[in-house]
Amino acid sequence: MFSNLSDALDKSFRNLTGTGKITEENIYDALREIRLALLEADVEFSVAKKFIESVREKAQGEEVLKSVKPGEQIVKIFHDELAELLGGDQSPLNLNAPAYILLCGLNGAGKTTTAAKLARRLKKEGRKPLLVACDLYRPAAIEQLAMLGKQCDVPVFTPDQGETDLVRVAKQALKSDAAREASVVIFDTAGRQEIDDKLVEELKKLHKFVKPKETLLVADAATGQQAVSVAQHFDDAVGITGIILTKLDGDARGGAALSMRQVTGKPIKYIGEGEKIEDLAEFHPERMADRILGMGDVVSMVENI
Amino acid sequence: MPHPFLSMAGFFKNLFNKVTNKAEIDWDELEADLIAADLGPRLTVTIVDELRALGREITADDVVQTTRAHISKVFPEDQPFPPALQESGKPTVILVVGVNGTGKTTSTAKLGHLLNVYGHTVRVAAADTFRAAAVEQLQAWAARLDLPITTGNHQADPASVCYKAHEQAIAEGAEYLICDTAGRLHTRHNLMEELGKIRRTLSKQDETAPHKTILVVDASTGSNALAQAKEFNKAVKLDGLIVTKLDGSGKGGIAVSIQQELGIAPLFIGTGEEPNKFQPFQRESFVSEIL
Ligand SMILES: Nc1nc2c(ncn2[C@@H]2O[C@H](COP(=O)(O)OP(=O)(O)OP(=O)(O)O)[C@@H](O)[C@H]2O)c(=O)[nH]1
Ligand SMILES: Nc1nc2c(ncn2[C@@H]2O[C@H](COP(=O)(O)OP(=O)(O)OP(=O)(O)O)[C@@H](O)[C@H]2O)c(=O)[nH]1
Ligand SMILES: [Mg+2]
Ligand SMILES: [Mg+2]
Repeated sequence: MFSNLSDALDKSFRNLTGTGKITEENIYDALREIRLALLEADVEFSVAKKFIESVREKAQGEEVLKSVKPGEQIVKIFHDELAELLGGDQSPLNLNAPAYILLCGLNGAGKTTTAAKLARRLKKEGRKPLLVACDLYRPAAIEQLAMLGKQCDVPVFTPDQGETDLVRVAKQALKSDAAREASVVIFDTAGRQEIDDKLVEELKKLHKFVKPKETLLVADAATGQQAVSVAQHFDDAVGITGIILTKLDGDARGGAALSMRQVTGKPIKYIGEGEKIEDLAEFHPERMADRILGMGDVVSMVENI
Repeated sequence: MPHPFLSMAGFFKNLFNKVTNKAEIDWDELEADLIAADLGPRLTVTIVDELRALGREITADDVVQTTRAHISKVFPEDQPFPPALQESGKPTVILVVGVNGTGKTTSTAKLGHLLNVYGHTVRVAAADTFRAAAVEQLQAWAARLDLPITTGNHQADPASVCYKAHEQAIAEGAEYLICDTAGRLHTRHNLMEELGKIRRTLSKQDETAPHKTILVVDASTGSNALAQAKEFNKAVKLDGLIVTKLDGSGKGGIAVSIQQELGIAPLFIGTGEEPNKFQPFQRESFVSEIL
């Protein structure tokens, strides 16, 4: 959408001749453009504002390089800050025994698919995963997980027909033979809106019982301004330990990544890049920063100078 | 029943109160509030600029009225529900499309149910033969809501499932046929082509079909919803939207942008996971109740 960020920035720097310093005056229009770019990438308003404030201070006083256009230089400064913010304290999954992982998130975010993707990945790494179907609401949610489990050759614990008590499901699952043989247990939960108190309460109960090492919020990369509310509510309710961003194989700019990272301080652990169970990838903060700014090429250009 | 636009309503009431209680308007805050509804930075800037151009002290009324004018003049008149029956006596065919996880299958079932409630006969087609247990999902809904359903095997050609469903619907004299399709990202060229094929196949037994092709959009989606609508519209010419998950904190402001930029109107809204949490879109209530 805003592929011409650096052009727009150059325009806002018309008065700057390629020498001198970045100052409060000459950076003003440029910041406006960057703010618009972040908002168009769906970064939440207050997050965008705070981010720009903090980077502005850094940018001011920097010498304008002769070899690049000032717009490009500004983009580079913002890009590097963004990548740093997105990536800070990245950490692998905590798989100390008992290694329980709980996935939660909004309806349709990609939890069930991601549960299978994670299981497949952990299995490749030599672990023995077990999937537990804890969505008792969505029609055929259990069948979906069972089918996906078959695809990646991972056992799936499925609740009894007509079961309504989530904690009982978790209890039975953890007592099962399958759990004894497993080295990591992944719980798929039902989708819920973060402001649905009843369903959030239910999730809290399950979380309290399972005491997972990792509680991962699965979120759609195309999420808009709601991202902050989603991340905050789930974090308040169950204390998330990380985020998995899905559907990045599309063209969503993914500003939600910054919003969620900023309000929770929790790292983005993996990204979903397709519908197939092998489409789960490591998170690369640099690439995500490129994507949010819509500016990959310029950044590498400036880097090469 | 919870109010479908409760979140939006609360949001604009808030806005009104904030401005009323202030000696001077805080433009930044106003902008923030408009963007928070996913109205998008462009429309927001237009509204804010217009208010600034008034060149006088801005009242809460100004803010609400300008915003309201921008939103209300965007939407066309409500379309009648149920959609028209065909003079040929063949079913009115509704094709449901969208990116992954927006609520297509659930909305297919809910719409079928709503048409039943209005006294019409309906068949649904499970043409998502790709995703794990997608067929079983619609089957479970169909059983629960007593809707006749046509299914194909996993990995079967979705166009052939639609063809078979159409044939059955014509034979039994069903008034409506609703075809659920697999979620697909609008950036996947071959999958978008597949939708074109489904459309062409549906026109084989009735050249006027499909009569409505509807894009399902999740209210929590940001600017990408516009790209979705653009690409789906290119591939299969959309007749309208279903905006789902309005029971969440997503305000569905994207519907305003899609209407404004592409002229594609919301036709239905989803407000929960229960079958009755679904209704025809009503411009009046949308516009008046957000204020
Ligand atoms: N293109 C793409 N599709 C994905 C990705 N992850 C999940 N999906 C698709 O998104 C849709 C929803 O995925 P699910 O795994 O059912 O989502 P969920 O969060 O379990 O949904 P609920 O349980 O109903 O809340 C399905 O069509 C998936 O195939 C991804 O990374 N890319
Ligand atoms: N809260 C809420 N949830 C909804 C609404 N509509 C659908 N859902 C939920 O959203 C999730 C995805 O719904 P589906 O109908 O499976 O979505 P889909 O578009 O068919 O998904 P794919 O076929 O995988 O692309 C499920 O958990 C539904 O229960 C709604 O209006 N409100
Ligand atoms: Mg699920
Ligand atoms: Mg579906």
